[in-house]
Amino acid sequence: MSYDTNVSGNWIDKNAPQAPVVVRSALASLWKSINEFFEWFGNIGIFIWHVMRATVRRPFEGRELIRQLDEVGSKSLPMVALAGAAIGAVLALESRHSLIRFGAESMLPAAIVFSIIHETGPVVTGLVVSGRVGAGIGAELGSMKVTEQIDAIEASGVNAYKLLAFTRILACVLMLPLLTLAADFCGVMTGWFADSLAEPISFHKFLHAGFAGASFSDFLAPTLRTAVFGLIIGVISCFQGMRSQGGTEGVGRSATSSVVLSSLFVMLADVVLMKFILVFFP
Amino acid sequence: MMPTEQAVAMPATERGEIHATESTARSDASAAVVLLGLHKSFGEQKVLDGIDLTVGSGQTVVVLGRSGTGKSVLLKLIVGLQKPDKGSICVHGQEITTASFEAVNEIRKTMGFLFQHAALYDSLTVEENVAFPLRRHTKMTPSERRGRIEELLADVGMEGELQKMPCDLSGGMQKRVGLARALALEPGILLLDEPTAGLDPITSREIDELILKLQEKREVASIVVTHDLHSAKIIADRIVLLHQGNAVIEGTFEELEKSDDEFVTEFFKRDS
Repeated sequence: MSYDTNVSGNWIDKNAPQAPVVVRSALASLWKSINEFFEWFGNIGIFIWHVMRATVRRPFEGRELIRQLDEVGSKSLPMVALAGAAIGAVLALESRHSLIRFGAESMLPAAIVFSIIHETGPVVTGLVVSGRVGAGIGAELGSMKVTEQIDAIEASGVNAYKLLAFTRILACVLMLPLLTLAADFCGVMTGWFADSLAEPISFHKFLHAGFAGASFSDFLAPTLRTAVFGLIIGVISCFQGMRSQGGTEGVGRSATSSVVLSSLFVMLADVVLMKFILVFFP
Repeated sequence: MMPTEQAVAMPATERGEIHATESTARSDASAAVVLLGLHKSFGEQKVLDGIDLTVGSGQTVVVLGRSGTGKSVLLKLIVGLQKPDKGSICVHGQEITTASFEAVNEIRKTMGFLFQHAALYDSLTVEENVAFPLRRHTKMTPSERRGRIEELLADVGMEGELQKMPCDLSGGMQKRVGLARALALEPGILLLDEPTAGLDPITSREIDELILKLQEKREVASIVVTHDLHSAKIIADRIVLLHQGNAVIEGTFEELEKSDDEFVTEFFKRDS
């Protein structure tokens, strides 16, 4: 029997049957994917550490923060308001038939208000901002990375994590709850409008019926959880942008992956936070 | 140009073996930049394989070499944008490979870096680009800052272009604005990556003269990566030729021109 060494230096039997090439390449690519998966988490952990270190040191980049608040907040407002309005109208039209079938038509305002404030408003806002802001941040920082602008910032002794990442992340965290309130407001308005088209009801009556039995925690926890969505969108988009490689194709990849990953993590966080809210704010 | 006592030409007996010795580098404690045994690889590709280099204050060292020999990487290592695999980098006597992030940032303020493609901030105007380091690292009033920006842009022949965006400038103009930005904080060390590439001969000459002026006026130590042998002849106190991760030869332009090393001869032949 003859022996040889493999790449790890272990003795292997040369006459032993070899795994088919397809299986070996499939295993190799699976191993590579697993490695990349854990590497991604490791790298994002290092990135978060750099950003956290940068936050506690002066200067605090107030001008850039204000610019980002405008970029993330005011410029996302029309789209978020439109999405909220569409959801409100659809909810009113859809729920009406179901509730009439069960003889619970009077519950319609409460169903619209609660489903918008509790779930659809925050999630739709999170997903819309993931798309608009996530792609924007991923593409902008990716482009800065491949054209060496981020290197130029660092070479001039300025902390790029603070100037570029921290300001964008903080803007997302601060703006998401406000955008959610706007989406909720538009949703409730169009919900009332759609409802009153089928059966006229005054706005005052609609609100009174919709918010009956509601407490402050009904609004607070779902709205504030969007700050976590903002954190996720900001961190992932900045991270994907700042690690961009490979010219314009790399910028495209950064923008796409920013949107895909931040949307995915927003949905995952929604499930986790919903459970958390149900436990702590029953 | 500075005297060239330190620019000891080393006959190329065997490629890859000749470079400044460790003792030479260590002995010059007042040097602006001292590199010792610098190694850098990207995956399997070995880019720098034990480079030693000392650059004194007021000295201009030109780094030559074929494309992909690690010249730009060398500059990025010095400014701390990349970490070496092995070796030491001392800037103004301070080791930067082991320094904290904040300490490296402080050292960076004493260096001006001109990138190969200028790397201007494309969302900022020319004025804002040059103002960027001034706004962050000085306590200048807006009028003082404006005056300084105008002075810097005049030095590089870009006066009157303050409100233009980088996308409205030609490659050469971007390079000149990049140089003005690199000079904004009056750095003691200038790292210039292909400063004359893409520039017309007149502007190239102006940039060369500007580097010489800085050398004489403010004792600025410069490391210039270039393929432009004309420029190297004008500005270099010493030239280092890189090949396969090593400094093949080091000396004055004239010394390198006279070298009988095959690679050096080949390199200088095209322009002769």
